[in-house]
Amino acid sequence: MRRVAIVGAGITKFVRRAQETGKELSFEATKMALDSCGLTLKDIDMVTLGTAPDAFDGVHMKGEWLSDGAGAWRKPYMRNFVGGGTGVFAPIHGFFHVASGMADTCMVVCEEKMSSCYPHPQGAFKTIFDHTLEQPLNPTLIWIFALEMNRYMNTYGLTKKDIAGVSVKNKRNALDHPSAQIPENITVEDVLNSETLAWPVNRLDISPASDGAAAVILCSEEKAKKITDRPVWISGVGWNIDTAYWATKDLSYPRYVEKAARQAYEMAGIKEPHKEIQVAEPYDPFSYKELHHMEGLLLCKKGEAARMLADGVTERTGNLPTCPSGGALGVGNPIAATGLMKIIEIFLQLRGEAGKRQVPGNPRVGLAQAWGDLMQVGTVVVMKS
Amino acid sequence: MVLEKFELKGTGLKSQAVKDGSVLTMPCNPKLQYSWDTGQAVGRYLDGLKEGKLIGKKCGGCNRIMIPPRMFCELCFKDTGDWVELEDTGKVNTFSICHVNWDASRLPQGALPHLPAVIEIDGASEGMGILHVLGEADPKEIKIGMKVKAVWKTANERAGAITDIRYFKPLR
Ligand SMILES: [Zn+2]
Repeated sequence: MRRVAIVGAGITKFVRRAQETGKELSFEATKMALDSCGLTLKDIDMVTLGTAPDAFDGVHMKGEWLSDGAGAWRKPYMRNFVGGGTGVFAPIHGFFHVASGMADTCMVVCEEKMSSCYPHPQGAFKTIFDHTLEQPLNPTLIWIFALEMNRYMNTYGLTKKDIAGVSVKNKRNALDHPSAQIPENITVEDVLNSETLAWPVNRLDISPASDGAAAVILCSEEKAKKITDRPVWISGVGWNIDTAYWATKDLSYPRYVEKAARQAYEMAGIKEPHKEIQVAEPYDPFSYKELHHMEGLLLCKKGEAARMLADGVTERTGNLPTCPSGGALGVGNPIAATGLMKIIEIFLQLRGEAGKRQVPGNPRVGLAQAWGDLMQVGTVVVMKS
Repeated sequence: MVLEKFELKGTGLKSQAVKDGSVLTMPCNPKLQYSWDTGQAVGRYLDGLKEGKLIGKKCGGCNRIMIPPRMFCELCFKDTGDWVELEDTGKVNTFSICHVNWDASRLPQGALPHLPAVIEIDGASEGMGILHVLGEADPKEIKIGMKVKAVWKTANERAGAITDIRYFKPLR
């Protein structure tokens, strides 16, 4: 396999409802990614697009529909989709194209416009549940998170207070992110006192529905050296799917995330992730998910992520900063675009270009992770500068 | 590159702008209807529910007794074997106390919260749970590990659906 570098990135603001169409958002992120590294569409061999359910847009074949905004016409192009895991799977998909030698340059575009599903995308989310055995019970998407969070808390003796700090940290970090939708200075008490939607989940434990797009440019080593003196290498990729019978598995631990992480670590030559990973962007659509994912990513022992949070280890100034971008909880959660936002954050952190969000110590190794489908998919990318 | 040097695009709309028509939208109400075939395993499971029974299926390879039943074992990747009648009791693996409807709209003031739960069914293999709801339960007293029993609709009311079980109630 050839080495694959990230050389450029683009992103839109994340907003609750964008005036722009999905195509327009995709164009803006893609154009910015090209501009950021001085390339034009002519320089791009292949394009891959990540976008989540067609039901958000009410447009069948959404990949084809968005393809002009992604700069794909008259190029080899594919759409990929693994639910909430899409945004970190899309660069893995692009990685295949370049690592295999099929392409020297590949543009990876992720778009989500959740606002078209009116008044709220819950109608689309409901169809995630089994149509015969679960949908008749009238589930809301929040159920699966509430059920998983409760099992996680119960298994390790955690309280809501132990977890609420994730929202506080990420929303505060997002104050420094120019794309951020809901950056805020809040306290643990604010989280605990916010409306209880489905105990143990409160309103401030949840990321918002968002519109937005992001893009990165991947290149072979030879091309990368001509484009930038600061390439960031995709040094490990992993992805894994677990059972769709979600109620039959151990909800306290995302073993599919561990499998994806081990695959990525092995490829990247990482033996002790908790020591070697210097900055991480675990997927945080709900506050507890950041902790759950840190454990699956082997960044700490099972049940110990809350302790790291309490000790400040995961702050930007800590030993293992998590979600320095502000994460889904603070920057916003346009599903596929969120994962790629996390990839972009690690790209910038490893280049020392994260501005006010920069974590100290010149980090050289980082990772981004996303999660999705029916609580069953893990996608992981390890990056090195 | 630093993000701050770019003028990021994306124009947030206020809901008022949509309401008063200062930005234009094109509404759509798709009319789609589906009829999902239940398949062999879930079809039999629904037949069982109509009779007031929970039916699982055993895999001869790994000896797991699975609910909901499946025609093939995804681990052994072979046909499953015998149908097994399970108990209509189990224990709460996890639960939530939910104050919103399926569409995230709020329950009316004073309404009892919804009590979704994963219930590990007795007679199935360890950890085999199904999604259902709890009833006749004080939210404050629900505990993980609590024993529960199905409360069925009457034989006349049962239609061969997961809702033939009204809810699971605590076993005292
Ligand atoms: Zn088997």
